[in-house]
Amino acid sequence: MYRSNILVCGGTGCTSSNSLKIVEVLKEEIKKNGLEKEVNVTTTGCFGLCALGPIMVVYPEGSFYSMVQVADIPEIVEEHLLKGRIVTRLLYQETVEDDTIKSLNKTAFYAKQKRVALRNCGVIDPEKIDDYIAMDGYAALGKVLTEMKPEDVIQTILDSGLRGRGGAGFPTGLKWKFAAANDADQKYVCCNADEGDPGAFMDRSVLEGDPHAVLEAMAIAGYAIGASKGYIYVRAEYPIAVKRLKIAIDQAHEYGLLGKDIFGTGFDFDIQLRLGAGAFVCGEETSLMTSIEGKRGEPRPRPPFPAVKGLYRKPTILNNVETYANIAQIILKGADWFASMGTEKSKGTKVFALGGKIEHTGLVEVPMGTTLREIVEEIGGGIPGGKKFKAAQTGGPSGGCIPAEHLDIPIDYDNLLEIGSMMGSGGLIVMDETTCMVDIAKFFLEFTVDESCGKCTPCRIGTKRLLEMLEKITKGQGTLEMIDEMEELCHYIKANSLCGLGQTAPNPVLSTLRYFRDEYVAHVVDKKCPAGVCKDLLEFTIDKDKCVGCGLCARNCPVNAISQTDYIAPNKKRAAFAIDTSKCIKCGACIDNCRPGAVFKG
Amino acid sequence: MKSLAELQAIRDKAKANINLRKENPNAARVYVGMATCGIAAGARPVLNAFTEEIAKRGLQEDIMVTQTGCIGICQYEPVVEVEIPGEEKVTYVKMTPERVARVVNDHLVNRNVVTEFTIGAYT
Repeated sequence: MYRSNILVCGGTGCTSSNSLKIVEVLKEEIKKNGLEKEVNVTTTGCFGLCALGPIMVVYPEGSFYSMVQVADIPEIVEEHLLKGRIVTRLLYQETVEDDTIKSLNKTAFYAKQKRVALRNCGVIDPEKIDDYIAMDGYAALGKVLTEMKPEDVIQTILDSGLRGRGGAGFPTGLKWKFAAANDADQKYVCCNADEGDPGAFMDRSVLEGDPHAVLEAMAIAGYAIGASKGYIYVRAEYPIAVKRLKIAIDQAHEYGLLGKDIFGTGFDFDIQLRLGAGAFVCGEETSLMTSIEGKRGEPRPRPPFPAVKGLYRKPTILNNVETYANIAQIILKGADWFASMGTEKSKGTKVFALGGKIEHTGLVEVPMGTTLREIVEEIGGGIPGGKKFKAAQTGGPSGGCIPAEHLDIPIDYDNLLEIGSMMGSGGLIVMDETTCMVDIAKFFLEFTVDESCGKCTPCRIGTKRLLEMLEKITKGQGTLEMIDEMEELCHYIKANSLCGLGQTAPNPVLSTLRYFRDEYVAHVVDKKCPAGVCKDLLEFTIDKDKCVGCGLCARNCPVNAISQTDYIAPNKKRAAFAIDTSKCIKCGACIDNCRPGAVFKG
Repeated sequence: MKSLAELQAIRDKAKANINLRKENPNAARVYVGMATCGIAAGARPVLNAFTEEIAKRGLQEDIMVTQTGCIGICQYEPVVEVEIPGEEKVTYVKMTPERVARVVNDHLVNRNVVTEFTIGAYT
């Protein structure tokens, strides 16, 4: 029996800032102090506050240490674990109030969150099935197999109002119902863990922090639709997730929670892993199944939908990782419990990966209907450096931008579609006034051009032409007609592409055109980039009356484009400097080094 | 896994350790003074005895054992403070592992303060 538990985050974020080394040193120090029988060290999944990693929590006190360094470990062990004095200096400062330490759950980052899909992330050791079982793991599977008929399971999921968390928001129960209705000798349950949106990492965190939740839900789905085989399609770029999934599958086999005759009910279910090679299009359902079959990942026309002819031409359901993470909870706590959270048409919670210009980069889970303002300003801690919020991008390359005027709309599937964005898998990138919206549209287009599989012409050629026009505009070679032409092409691509990739690829352009058309016009007519991002439209100048003649800019200029003039401003001692714009490469080194702030770009 | 009972057995076994990771605001708290003076006087065996006794009785969810620094009465170490929500804090002094079982049983479970171990009995 341990008296204290230390949880160290072993998610990708904290691992990359050395948390595994911390665990190692922690165990050594604990041994050195003779505490190994009293203190238990556990590596967990993501806590969500990735910006403050590596993260470590000591229970029963609940002390939340952030940005822990290896060098801090001896102090924590000796002071906190041995002598019981919490090392206040290393605590997450928001938990320290006057002289008392408040609960982590009361800090701004966690207070408004409601963790359902992430409930075990940062709580259990994902490599120990016993930890998961202690948190009522596999109880839902047991309940389903021994007490419920397949149609009851489907009805429960339907009643809960759960919608697909992969982005499109199709009702999960309906998907299951369709697949259950089709008779076949073999059906399949697939899990989409090919999380490809730039900036999105919620599925990875669930897989890394709570892999059994996905396995259990897939087995429940298998029982509901009458399938005995499941595949998890996960990106090879997620090595920690892959490793933990493998361990989880092995452990579930060992306990007989996967395999033959589960719980003695005669139900067989098995799960295999398939690693994706990094093609974005394989996150699209038909491409994903084609890829599992061992063929080149390309979409095929629908119908037939996967519920009729999916993997190996057999009835198949495909759900996203986060969707599965909700299933066991719905079975255990009931459809009404789940439906009590969220908005009228979007029930439950949603995980968002907060990124970009935001104080608390990380993972947050909030009830549907939370406003963007709450997420950005309260949970996310606002924008660093006192800059102004300009827009938030949701849905990655398939989504769009939400401008400041829509900060107060409750976030759910339908509201986001209405304002020209989409839920997507849940990436939420915050942008401030120094972000150029044309440049953002270009960034996402570059991504889709790279990732277009090339099977259908509207997507393969259309996105390329669109990108070329955007490039011209950012170089100051655009025309007003070009903007209209772009808009027309966007609608054409959306209407004619074969799969979701092409159908949504123009969204970033369309939504920035909708809300930030003036920025496009500024690029085209004034040949200026209002945010100061597009280099071809920038010119660096030195205000000769502000320049003190120190010469720091000239010394830091990599191309020697700055030289001293003869002009000495009144009440200045030395002559001012000036930039030769024909030599300037617009790197910005002069601005960064100018102390009186005499260099301007624009 | 052939039955739900098997799953239940694994869950019960694993639960004790997991519960330590929850914050229970209604839990009774046992503070063991673990500054240099406390450790020198033998606070560590006392702390371990509390953990073991509480685990033995399956009370991990209701009682939290934690350490604290020096309270300033070093001559009475090992000092243990017991705080039950809604009741006044009780300070036990010159604790030994042998005394722990009685404190847990009489005070924490049956709500009767073990007066002869408290600081009042020594001053």
